[in-house]
Amino acid sequence: MKRTIRVLVAKPGLDGHDRGAKVIARALRDAGMEVIYTGLRQTPKQIVNAAIQEDVDCVAMSILSGAHNTLFPKVVELLREEDASDILVVGGGVIPGEDIPFLKEKGISEIFTPGTTTDTTIEYIRKNIKRK
Amino acid sequence: MNQAGGEIVKIRERLLKGDKRAAARLITMIENNEAEAVEILKDLYKYTGNAYVIGITGPPGAGKSTLTDKLVKHLRKQNKKIAIIAVDPTSPFTGGAILGDRVRMGDLNTDSNVFIRSMGARGRLGGLSEATRAAVKVLDVYGADYIFIETVGVGQSEIDIVKTCDTTLMVMVPGLGDDIQTIKAGIMEIGDVFAVNKADRDGARRTITEINMMLDFNNENWRPPVIPAIAINNEGIDDILKSINNHMDHMKETGEFKERRIANSKFEIIDLVRQRLMNALLDNSKREKKINELSGMVASREMDPYTAQETIFNYIK
Repeated sequence: MKRTIRVLVAKPGLDGHDRGAKVIARALRDAGMEVIYTGLRQTPKQIVNAAIQEDVDCVAMSILSGAHNTLFPKVVELLREEDASDILVVGGGVIPGEDIPFLKEKGISEIFTPGTTTDTTIEYIRKNIKRK
Repeated sequence: MNQAGGEIVKIRERLLKGDKRAAARLITMIENNEAEAVEILKDLYKYTGNAYVIGITGPPGAGKSTLTDKLVKHLRKQNKKIAIIAVDPTSPFTGGAILGDRVRMGDLNTDSNVFIRSMGARGRLGGLSEATRAAVKVLDVYGADYIFIETVGVGQSEIDIVKTCDTTLMVMVPGLGDDIQTIKAGIMEIGDVFAVNKADRDGARRTITEINMMLDFNNENWRPPVIPAIAINNEGIDDILKSINNHMDHMKETGEFKERRIANSKFEIIDLVRQRLMNALLDNSKREKKINELSGMVASREMDPYTAQETIFNYIK
């Protein structure tokens, strides 16, 4: 039987723009995944708690406020503390190209910048989730 | 996902110690129909039955999640350990789902004594998913004092919830139709406690009166109370919790508690048999092909649906 992939779509930080996150949530749903949406202004701790209780395969975060260099790595770090490094972490939003190597070095597997098609994101998640 | 034997023992031991990740993982294994999960549940069943299970149901948008959030916050003041299972619909076309009940429960997310799990209904129509009842057991072993189950927004006959919980809270809102809606059979009959949420809206008083009139006809020992609430402003929450407690006391005093749990167990056994039968009959790509073939014939009137049913049933003879 085919396993259903579960993804937490989260909005860390203080910006209140979740159109992008909702578009991604909808696209992942249409790709047959279960998407847990947390709503706006979540702290890294809240995101990690939700990821663990929901036992997701992937955490997908969106930030438009510029706080990605702080918040994305914090989520990865807290997941590691909870012994949950088997959860794939990806990010998206308005993220300058020069920040991407830093974020990847910090354990965010992929960054999707504006213009990325939803298909690219879906394929990436399908291919890269760590639990099979 | 194949778990090694040692891993299974570990999940069992960790769950008995109240480990969150073990609970979360076991629920996933159940949702994915992994055989090992059933073995663990068989073994753990003797540790279940301690949590009080409260079902929250009602039409979409009635405020079930918001109400659950407020009820749980009140119970947390009494230092109870809480688990919430929130079920949302699964797309019948893609199998995907957007599970959004957590949006209304943001603050509960940082409370280490609250465990929230969202579930997609995954093709089941009763307002719960097939795995919900098993998830209740997992969270019972995990150590929850209260387990809240929030159903899919229901219409008129999705009544799985009443067969799964100890007390059912029916959440209604003003403006959903005339009084004939309240006398129909179905979801209006299953509430042990009624809340009329958004009670500051037009028509709230009328809705309360209509529900009360319907309930006056009941000849049961327990007369469900109808409580106005404005969940978002925390109004009526105390009264709802009191009524839930009253219902719990009433059931325990009269012996209805035991009767209800027997009825629920019966429903569960029948349901498991039904699932197994369906899986035995249909869970096979070859049969899927056969059913598709029969469907074409039935649609074009080459065959009637009754004969198609007999054809499929012949497989298990």
